Amino acid sequence: MAVGSPAASQVLVRRTLSRGGFDWRSAAFSAFLLFCLVFALAVIAVLIAQVTIRGMPVLTDRGADFLTSNLSTRAGTAGVGQGIFGSLFIALFVIILAIPIGVMTAIYLEEYAPDNRLTRFIAINIRNLAGVPSVVYGLLGLAVFVPVTRVIESVIFPDLDGTGRSIVAASITLSALVLPIVIITASESIRAVPGTIREAGYGAGASRWQVTRSLVLPSAIPGILTGTILSVSRALGETAPLIIIGVSYNFFSTGNRGTLEGLFGPYTALPAIVYGWASNPELDFRELTAAAIVVLLAVTLFANAVAILLRNRYEIKW
Amino acid sequence: MDEAASDHTVGGSTAVNVKLDALGAAAPAGDGAEGSAEPIVEFRDVHFYYGSFRAVKDINIVVEPRKITALIGPSGCGKSTLLRTINRMNDLIPGTRVEGEIRYHQANLYEKSVDPVEVRRRIGMVFQKPNPFPKSIYDNVAFGPRVTGFKGNLDELVEGSLKRAALWNDVKDKLKQSGLALSGGQQQRLCIARAIATEPDVILMDEPCSALDPRSTLQIEDLMAELKQNFTIIIVTHNMQQAARASDRTVFMNMDDDRAGYVVEQSDTMEIFTNPKNQLTEDYVSGRFG
Repeated sequence: MAVGSPAASQVLVRRTLSRGGFDWRSAAFSAFLLFCLVFALAVIAVLIAQVTIRGMPVLTDRGADFLTSNLSTRAGTAGVGQGIFGSLFIALFVIILAIPIGVMTAIYLEEYAPDNRLTRFIAINIRNLAGVPSVVYGLLGLAVFVPVTRVIESVIFPDLDGTGRSIVAASITLSALVLPIVIITASESIRAVPGTIREAGYGAGASRWQVTRSLVLPSAIPGILTGTILSVSRALGETAPLIIIGVSYNFFSTGNRGTLEGLFGPYTALPAIVYGWASNPELDFRELTAAAIVVLLAVTLFANAVAILLRNRYEIKW
Repeated sequence: MDEAASDHTVGGSTAVNVKLDALGAAAPAGDGAEGSAEPIVEFRDVHFYYGSFRAVKDINIVVEPRKITALIGPSGCGKSTLLRTINRMNDLIPGTRVEGEIRYHQANLYEKSVDPVEVRRRIGMVFQKPNPFPKSIYDNVAFGPRVTGFKGNLDELVEGSLKRAALWNDVKDKLKQSGLALSGGQQQRLCIARAIATEPDVILMDEPCSALDPRSTLQIEDLMAELKQNFTIIIVTHNMQQAARASDRTVFMNMDDDRAGYVVEQSDTMEIFTNPKNQLTEDYVSGRFG
C-alpha cells in the first residue's frame, strides 16, 4: 500500500480510533457499582427469605385462621386478625387526617404565604419536625392526645370509663408524626410545577385560587401521591409511639364495648404484635413472629403498590 | 403590589369594573369599522420601579385601536417590563410599583378599585416561549372562558378561537390530544387561541416568535395581520425586520445612563424605518448598535 492511498489512510484512521489496551479503571468502577447493588438487594432478599421460610409453616398450616384469629398467649390459636384491623384503621385515619391538612399547608406555604422571615422560619421548623425521633411523638401522644381522646370518649360514651389509650389516640399521634413528611413532599411537588404554567394561567384571567386548583394541583398530584405512599408506609411500621401510648400484644378483651366504643378501648397493630411476639420466649412464637412479619410486609407492599399505580396513572410528562 | 387577586366576584361591581364592562359591550370585537381616534391604551408620565430601581421613566405612549404597535429597542431597555404593566402581570412580582397613569379605554388601570384579574380577561397575553397547559387542546382554549364564568356554547367558542388562530384545520380531529404534543409553531398558535378565547380587545405579545423557526414566524405574522381586524395588538420584538414587516406603529425605546428605559421616538412604522427624526433611532434601525 502506498502512503497516502485511500486504503492506507483507512488503516491509519482505524488504528487511531480503536482503543489501546483494556480500560481497567472503568471496568473496576462498573464492577464496584454492581457489587453495591447486589449487596443491597442481597440484604433485602436474605431478610425476606429468612422471614418467609420461618413463617411459611404457620401460614400454610393455619392460613386464613391465622389471619383472622385474635391475640392469644397460646401459640396454636394466636392470630393477627386484630392487628390487621388496627393497622388498616391507622392507615385510613392517617390518609383522612394528615393528607388533607398537609397538602393544604403546603399550598399555603408555596402559593399564598409571602416570602419573609416568618415563612422561612416555619418551613425550617417543619423540616426539623420530620427528623424528630418517633418515640418523642409517642410522648406527645401520651401527654396530649390520650387525655383528649379520653375527653372525647366521655362526651360520646359517658358510661364508659376508658383511659384514652386507644387506637384513636394512636392514629392521631401517627398522623402528627407523618404530617411533616406530607408537607415537605407536597411542597416540593408544588414547587416543581413550572412558573410558566402559572404565568399563562394568570395571563388568561384566572385568580390565584383558580390557578392553584386547575393548574398547579393537577400537575402536583403525582408528587403528592408519593408523599402519601411514604407517610402511610411510615405509619404502618412505627412501633415506638404505639408502645408508649399503650398497645396490646397479648390477649385483650374489649369487654362489653361495641365496634365504635371499641375504638376507644384496648387495641393492637401489626408492628406491635411483631414486637410482642418477638419478645416471647416460647419456641413456637418464633414462627408466629416470622409469619406476622410476612403479613406486615404484605400489607405495606400492597399499600405502596396501590399508591404507585395511582401515581403512574396521573403522571404528566412535560 | 404582589396580589394576583384576592377573592373577586365574576364581573366585579366596582365603578371602574362597571366602566370596563360597559366599554367591552360598546365596542364589540367583531366591529370591523375604522377604529376611533381615541387611543385604546395610553401611558401618561409612567415610571416603573422594581423596589428602588427605576426600570422605565417618563413613558408617554399612545396605542391606537385595531392596529399593530411594535415596541423595539436594545436588550434591557424595559420593553417587556412596559408590556407587562398593561395587563398588570408585574403585580405577581413583589415590590413593584407604578407611577403615573396607564389608561385602558380612558380608565386608569392602576386605580385602587381595579381588579387585576378583570384586567387580564380583557387584555390577553402571549408569551415568548409557547406555554400551553398540560391539558388537552380543547381544555387549553376553554380554560379562560371557564374560569371567567362563560355560560354560552363552549364548543362554538373553542372552535371559533382555534379558527381565528389558524389552527382549527390542524387539530379539529384531535381536540382531546395534549396541547404539548404539537409542534412549536402550533403550540404558539394554541396559546394565541387561548388568549383570544376570553374575547379581549387587546392582545399583548412578548417576542412571540423568538423561539420559533422562520416559517412558523411568518405564519404568526400573517395571523397577526388577520387578527388586527378585530383586536389591538401590541408586540415586543427584537427582530427589526419583523417590526418593519408586520407593524403599523413603532415605539423605539432605549436605555439611558441611569439604566432606566425611555421612549426615544414613536411614529408610523414607515416613518421610523425610512425617515426617523432622532439620530439614535436611525442608528438602531440601521444596525449600528443594539
